[in-house]
Amino acid sequence: MNTQLPVLVVLIPLLIAPLIVLVRNPTAAWALFGAAAVSSFALAVQCLLLVQEQGLLQAFLGGWEPPFGIEYRIDLANAIVLCLVSGIALLVTPMAKASIEREISEPRIYLFYACLTLCLTGLLGMAATGDAFNVFVFLEISSLSGYALIAMGNSRRALLASFRYLVMGTVGGTFFLTGVGLLYALTGTLNMADLAGSLTMGFDSRVLIAAAAFIVVGLSIKIALFPVHAWLPAAYAEAPSAVTAFMAATATKVAAYVLLRFAATVIGPVVVFATLPIGTALVWLACIAMVAGSIAAIYQTDFKRLLAWSSLAQIGYIVLGIGLGTDAGASAALTHMVNHGVIKCGLFVIAGVLVWRHGQATVANFAGMPQQSPWLFAAFVIGALGLIGVPGTGGFISKWVLLQALIAESAWVAVAAVLVSSLLAVIYCWRVVEIAWFGDSDASQPPAAASRTPVGATLSLAMLSGLVVYLGVHSSWLVELTAQAGADLFGVGR
Amino acid sequence: MALHQEHVVLRVVAKMLIPMILLFALYVQFHGDYGPGGGFQAGVIFAAGIILYALVFGLGAARQVVPPPVLRRLAALGVLLYAGVGVFSLLSGYAFLDYDAIDPEHPSHGQHLGILLVELGVGITVASVMLMLFFSFAGRGRQ
Repeated sequence: MNTQLPVLVVLIPLLIAPLIVLVRNPTAAWALFGAAAVSSFALAVQCLLLVQEQGLLQAFLGGWEPPFGIEYRIDLANAIVLCLVSGIALLVTPMAKASIEREISEPRIYLFYACLTLCLTGLLGMAATGDAFNVFVFLEISSLSGYALIAMGNSRRALLASFRYLVMGTVGGTFFLTGVGLLYALTGTLNMADLAGSLTMGFDSRVLIAAAAFIVVGLSIKIALFPVHAWLPAAYAEAPSAVTAFMAATATKVAAYVLLRFAATVIGPVVVFATLPIGTALVWLACIAMVAGSIAAIYQTDFKRLLAWSSLAQIGYIVLGIGLGTDAGASAALTHMVNHGVIKCGLFVIAGVLVWRHGQATVANFAGMPQQSPWLFAAFVIGALGLIGVPGTGGFISKWVLLQALIAESAWVAVAAVLVSSLLAVIYCWRVVEIAWFGDSDASQPPAAASRTPVGATLSLAMLSGLVVYLGVHSSWLVELTAQAGADLFGVGR
Repeated sequence: MALHQEHVVLRVVAKMLIPMILLFALYVQFHGDYGPGGGFQAGVIFAAGIILYALVFGLGAARQVVPPPVLRRLAALGVLLYAGVGVFSLLSGYAFLDYDAIDPEHPSHGQHLGILLVELGVGITVASVMLMLFFSFAGRGRQ
């Protein structure tokens, strides 16, 4: 079905970003960002419903038909990603206001929100577009604004973290672009569906192998998969809290979606998983990431860094699903994108509240805090249970789906890695719980006023925690949706 | 001592060149649809003219000609002009950025005008972003 709906999802934040620069008022900038998030989310949900009802949505930019023009093409997989990205933006909005007012100097707030809106635009664009080069353009929009956002962090270390991410991210972007360029040299087209059609004719050429390698490596850097993950912990720890909450839940997930899209449809499972050992490599790297990320998380003293290393481990689950190269694996990856996005966003909102109160979030200082702010730490427990994958939370559902996919492929090493990683997650979450509830709180208690939580953050946190539980209890719709999306990606009839 | 006070030759040559550079930028801008050129190249050439002015007559003088706050607004305005053309065609019931919407009677005129407006948006944004980059690097350590 041809409709302009997919264009609007991306267009509205793109229009609002320059408006924010013109308006300049901090509160208005925040409201405009919220408006961008609300309208994108409404349109993304509309897209998802339409896709479920009528199948593929296509929009031709400028009325030029593919494969010549740029096409926005929404199927179930990217409709889910669009809903996730815009939904997270929406849920972060209430929390962002107070947090950003405290962390960023007032004259720069409007520029901050302009960058955040551009980052949202880029991520939505990457998910919505059906054109391989357009993916690169939006990847750069989201990355460049992301570097600026991270550099706006409070300490001078944020500049170094941002610079490291910039160097790695640019290498990743260049690798991806090189891969797309090689595909273009091979086929003469950039449209994803057209590329997929041309490449099924069975090119057994080195160019295609090189293209696949470039694209997978480039996207792995953006996903922060194990050997190329070093930029992530510092970037997440030093960025303003609202940025971390938004980007941790969306940026790596969208890159993972693009990897899934290229592996499953554009380059094709035959080349990626059969001719080349990319699938096996991804599975092994994901296993290492799950275990090593969780072990590193145990030793972190900073709460944000702990969550960042835990993200690296959780990204492992997503890549593991993609690396399996089956429709069940793809749906497990999509399920975990949603669940982990919601869980980690909630946990980073908690980190944001702690930074808002105390200027930092060191785990050692948590002692005695649950007595002062029980609800905040109740939300932490819900998020932690989700990370571990305890039944009743969304994390359990995605691990269950993932384990089923792994067992179906008899990938026993990966099953073991998932279980070990979950046990390690118990350890790093328990460390926080132990210090917070049973640690000795010293006499220098923070004054009662410091235990306040901004209204917006409470709202964000209540919705996110509610969502974690909701996705754990009432999960069948999501599982069915992602199962169908995975089946569509791999062209399996259901 | 600033450059412009001691080098008469530089000053005179720059004064002769700058209008030419700016004019050439406009030529590249508005002939982008017929020949080589377009908004990006034109924006860079236009910014190069101002940068030459800043190099010869000093940063302060250049900042008076194009104040940085105005540049930020111009950068945003260019994007809005680009997207605005697309929104106009959307609102007229065509696809996003379908320039036929601008002149439905003569679609080729619409295409012509559409690409001209879009490229103008690109030119404004590129020129202002180039200048912002120049000003922020050249102004480092001076405040």
